[in-house]
Amino acid sequence: MITRSETKIKVKSFNKATLVIRMTLLVLVLVTLLGFFTFDYKGIHVFDGIVLTGQTFLTMFLEPHFSHFTFVELISKLFITIGLAILTTMLGAAISLFLALVAARNLASKTTSNIRGIIAVIRAVPTVLWVLIFAVAAGLGSVAAVIGMSFHSIGYLVKAYSESFEEMDDGVIEALKASGATWWQIVFQAVLPSSMTYLLSWTFLRFEINFTVAVAMGAAAGAGGIGYDMFMASVFYYDLREVGIITYFMLLFAILLEVFATRLKRKLRLNA
Amino acid sequence: MKALLEVRRVSKKYGNGSTALSDVSFSIQEGEFVSIIGPSGAGKSTLLRCINRMIEVSSGEVVFQNVNVTKLGKKQLKQVRRTIGMIFQHYNLVNRLSVIENVLHGRLGYKSTLAGMLGLYNEEEKKKAVEILAMLGLQDQIYKRADQLSGGQKQRVGIARALVQEPKLLLCDEPIASLDPNASKTIMDYLKTISTTLGITVLVNLHQVDVALKYSDRIIGVNKGRIIYDGVPREMTSDMIHNIYGSETGDLLFDLGGENAG
Amino acid sequence: MLGNFFLRKRMNFLAYFGLLIIIAFVAGVITEYDPVKGFTSIPKAIVWGFTNFYPNVESFEKLPDILQKIRETLLVSVAATVTGGAFAFLFAIFGAHTTRFNVFLGVISRGIAIVFRNIDFSAWAMILLFSFGQNVMTGYFALFFGSFGFLTRAFMETIDEVSGGPVEALKATGAGYFSIVFKSVVPSTMPQMISWVLFAIETNIRQATLVGILTGTGIGFAFDLYYKSLNYHAASLVVVVIVIAILLIEWLSNYVRRVIL
Repeated sequence: MITRSETKIKVKSFNKATLVIRMTLLVLVLVTLLGFFTFDYKGIHVFDGIVLTGQTFLTMFLEPHFSHFTFVELISKLFITIGLAILTTMLGAAISLFLALVAARNLASKTTSNIRGIIAVIRAVPTVLWVLIFAVAAGLGSVAAVIGMSFHSIGYLVKAYSESFEEMDDGVIEALKASGATWWQIVFQAVLPSSMTYLLSWTFLRFEINFTVAVAMGAAAGAGGIGYDMFMASVFYYDLREVGIITYFMLLFAILLEVFATRLKRKLRLNA
Repeated sequence: MKALLEVRRVSKKYGNGSTALSDVSFSIQEGEFVSIIGPSGAGKSTLLRCINRMIEVSSGEVVFQNVNVTKLGKKQLKQVRRTIGMIFQHYNLVNRLSVIENVLHGRLGYKSTLAGMLGLYNEEEKKKAVEILAMLGLQDQIYKRADQLSGGQKQRVGIARALVQEPKLLLCDEPIASLDPNASKTIMDYLKTISTTLGITVLVNLHQVDVALKYSDRIIGVNKGRIIYDGVPREMTSDMIHNIYGSETGDLLFDLGGENAG
Repeated sequence: MLGNFFLRKRMNFLAYFGLLIIIAFVAGVITEYDPVKGFTSIPKAIVWGFTNFYPNVESFEKLPDILQKIRETLLVSVAATVTGGAFAFLFAIFGAHTTRFNVFLGVISRGIAIVFRNIDFSAWAMILLFSFGQNVMTGYFALFFGSFGFLTRAFMETIDEVSGGPVEALKATGAGYFSIVFKSVVPSTMPQMISWVLFAIETNIRQATLVGILTGTGIGFAFDLYYKSLNYHAASLVVVVIVIAILLIEWLSNYVRRVIL
């Protein structure tokens, strides 16, 4: 109390942040409570459900088996999912690279800077909706999946890339401009080499995300791959143990990706 | 001798209403070594950048080699810029590229957009770059990455990048402000050599008055966006320096010494 | 030497570029992706979108229903993130290098976090269908597990990044474990952690749409219903409502971030 009155001025500017932190926490807790009180539980007993979930976990992870799909089938489906993720990431990265150059504040002319607003809207639409919307025009399958998934990838990567470009030293751009270089020359000779490590790690991070998105699209939008098999095993065959084995497949690959990403990041950081 | 550069009644006002330069006029002869001194925020950097139009002037004109730079279109401006080399306080190198690639960036203004994008330089250009690097004592650093160099070495790469442009004029913006005294001397010596042996005109912003006195043929003193001194170093008095820096007599850290004393 | 340097650089570039092309080609073959169809489908989709996919007057009759669903989705997302975040905080304290008190416990909590964040929301939804069926709790727990895994990693990294120095300082004064955690770790990491929680809420609303399609709840269910009954006007209204909700949440959390960070 005493210290507070002594350093009143200092505390005041500090208080706004503290106030907002407390308000945010309060609002979040209240919304959570409101949620729990108003959910339509449809007479389900949550506690029983949790116990059941525990049993579900034990069954699926301890007694996994193949029944409708073989090992080879699942591996090939896993590769289809990986392929979807690769195509989406590449397509997204190529388009984003161009858009990000136009959107970055230190490179853009004023007329193109409203691209950020459009990108924010594109990013706000959930991926699954993009895929389903494209499926109407292109039919369910890899085309709708890749194009639809690319939208959100682009929304994400344009933001990440343009922020990487903005982090670069403006002096370098100035130096090349002063020697009479054109915009494209500056981009290729200074901007891209300087931000290459950031671009690579963002792109790989997006690939990790796109893998899980591709799984989800298989399940929710019939895009094929291992996600679709999981959907079938769960919703159609109702085979918990097979869901378990598919989960293992995805988990292994996802962890492999994560380990690789961590290594890549460390290596890039050494190189940066 | 003819005037290489003429700055006529140049003013610069920024959008927020502040005035960086007001009614600045001077001319520079070919081969001269001219220093611009003045306190921080006096408008030295703005003045330098108005010459190659990295900053647009608000009024007045800049005439370089009998061409009015302020009136040029985009393409001609690029042609003028490639004959004016620029050197920066923070070197402004692409850290992740090799020394020679950084030097060759000075040739971009001479290349087609596509060739420049892909970094397609011809053998002559590469040879030229190597020669210049050797002249600046960097022959062992050619393939090193720019971020592996010391500050003084980086600045020499910056100089090499400017020289490979085959410039008529070198604009140096605080070239030694981030360097230790040893490296500073090396850089200033190189700039002086470039001016005397290659005949390239050098215009340099400095805030070390003693360095300016020692190396320049002529000194321009700037305060609050106005030129308040323009003459040879020998005639510079300590009163004048106090005027330029707006300081009280006797506050300065160094001695004018020798011929300028009293 | 000089020629070699530039030649090697160019060969390197070409090699990487070629490798990428090959990977893309292989990926295209195994997924049976047709690039021509891919490119032609974009204009087709745009034309279709402008002629069919916009809210019309009748679709606004569904608006009260849609708003009810988005409210449920928002509540589920926040509730799952907040409860997931609370658990994540505990696990992060156990698992972070600066604050763990037992190496074994630390390794265990890190391991659990790895497993949880590498099973996707959609997978959680399909697993949880077995115990909760088509119920709001399926969605809630799917989002809960997903954000728990994500936030545990984020919190651990924040703790290790931010509070290494302060923790050492308090340890040096001889402070006990709990006073270190509550007097040093919590205050110094709180802004970062809130920022992560807000980020997780943003992602969860998008994920909730997906989970909703799988579990038949919330806004995802509304979209799926209209989409499958070919009522594209109403479906597009759902999209508009989702976009507005997400942009609103993003705007709010950006405001909070600006003040607290």
